[in-house]
Amino acid sequence: MGELRLMKGNEVIAEAAIRCGCDGYFGYPITPQSEVMETLMDLEPWNETGMVVLQAESEIASIHMIYGAAGSGKKVLTSSSSPGISLMAEGISYIAGSELPCVIVNVQRGGPGLGTIQPSQADYFQSTKGGGHGDYRLIVLAPSSVQEMNDFVELGFQMAFKYRNPAMILTDGVIGQMMEKVVLADFIPRLTDEEINEKYGSWVTNGRKPNRERNIITSLEMDSGRMEQNNIRFQEKYAKMEEEDVLFEEIQCADAEYLLIAFGSSARVCLKAVDLAREKGLKVGLLRPITLFPFPKKPISALAKQVKGMLVVEMNAGQMIEDVELAVGCAGNKVPVLHFGRMGGIIHSPSEVLAALEQKLIGE
Amino acid sequence: MTEEIIIAGFGGQGVLSMGKILAYSGVMADQEVSWFPSYGPEMRGGTANVTVILSESRISSPVLNAFDTAIILNQQSMDKFEPMVKPGGVLIYDPNGIIHPPKRTDINIYKIEGTMIAAELGNVKTFNMVVLGAFLKAKPVVKMESVEKGLQKSLPARHHKLIPMNLEAVQKGFESLETVQVV
Repeated sequence: MGELRLMKGNEVIAEAAIRCGCDGYFGYPITPQSEVMETLMDLEPWNETGMVVLQAESEIASIHMIYGAAGSGKKVLTSSSSPGISLMAEGISYIAGSELPCVIVNVQRGGPGLGTIQPSQADYFQSTKGGGHGDYRLIVLAPSSVQEMNDFVELGFQMAFKYRNPAMILTDGVIGQMMEKVVLADFIPRLTDEEINEKYGSWVTNGRKPNRERNIITSLEMDSGRMEQNNIRFQEKYAKMEEEDVLFEEIQCADAEYLLIAFGSSARVCLKAVDLAREKGLKVGLLRPITLFPFPKKPISALAKQVKGMLVVEMNAGQMIEDVELAVGCAGNKVPVLHFGRMGGIIHSPSEVLAALEQKLIGE
Repeated sequence: MTEEIIIAGFGGQGVLSMGKILAYSGVMADQEVSWFPSYGPEMRGGTANVTVILSESRISSPVLNAFDTAIILNQQSMDKFEPMVKPGGVLIYDPNGIIHPPKRTDINIYKIEGTMIAAELGNVKTFNMVVLGAFLKAKPVVKMESVEKGLQKSLPARHHKLIPMNLEAVQKGFESLETVQVV
């Protein structure tokens, strides 16, 4: 059993990184996630575990430090908030194209542009559909509690290394800034160079060993035929994620006549809306996608056969709703799928969600 | 049991740390807790508020627009949060700086002369602990011993010598809560 603490989501990311044997953090401060690096600097993990913590000169520099360190088989993490992630997009595409594992935390704020510093979920498209150029996907985890901020750091690394693909923890200012109880994981030692060679010797570039071939890490391929083969391999990887690593939570769905679908902090607001609805005798359930890619298509498609309508609740103008509509429509279902969103850093209240549900869906 | 609380006032009054100590007290009493601050560019002088939820079960939304208790420490916060107290709920305020006292008749209203009492105690920084004590009189959601443990847990060791003074302020606040009749 780990240690119980009361902590902010952002602080927990730092603790979890140290405890899971992370080798390095490279980042650049931006509200509302600056506590990640502040906490790491306070904890000085370089004394205990040897973990490197470095404030780079920019987001662009930090993602390329991640690229280099990931290429040597190290377990590396960066974090930023929306405008900073946009700056990193080129590097993220290179990391995906070079098939390297890393974890990127995006504590979203309202946009577009420099936007606001308040919470938002408007980077759903950017995170799940690419963000940088080319046909690539990130593994996207959406924590809805401080405990999940802790758990998803190690989970993100496990998935990232399983697929040799960058994983993103997509969260926002609510989860990053709030304090909740969290059970921290026990310390896992960092891998030694020998262990890295043993596990990842087939691809790491950490100095060629006499008894092995030269490893090359690149996203460049001049031969289109070979580049297409690379793309086919990537797509097979993404298909495997959809087969094996979809995570979601169903709350009061068994008898639900109406379904709320929400991720991250919106799912917490919806959880309260479900309680308020049930108090009024309305049979409302909540489906919470935990992995936004791979997206939980199957459970949504299954619930489309049961419920009279779905309301997708997001802090954006309607992004995840497109994936919900695909999941519902692909199976030939005709259930209405509607959207309720707040934008620009405004968080919807539970009673607003309930009112939207009643007016948009139940009132029809 | 779930208690949904908003604490609102000026930055620098100790609003956020009062919420933190309350949340820690909940943790010590084995409750589920959440603490969600308003965060922004404002520092001292601006408004600050924090939503604290203590519960026996899983906490749903950390963000709320209706509260069991509002602890209000300036006029801007009174204007904003008085309407958000649930019917039958509790509103506690410090009259210092309040020009328009609360008017609702469907809630229980109390006042605590926090600013004055903290000054009498000889340390104006204990203001937030006086108010915390007053809240615990109105809503005994955590025991005093949990508050003591919460203070130990939330204050860095170098400040532990201040705990007795803070507990005295909590006790004084507990004894000084006054019921307000809206006429």
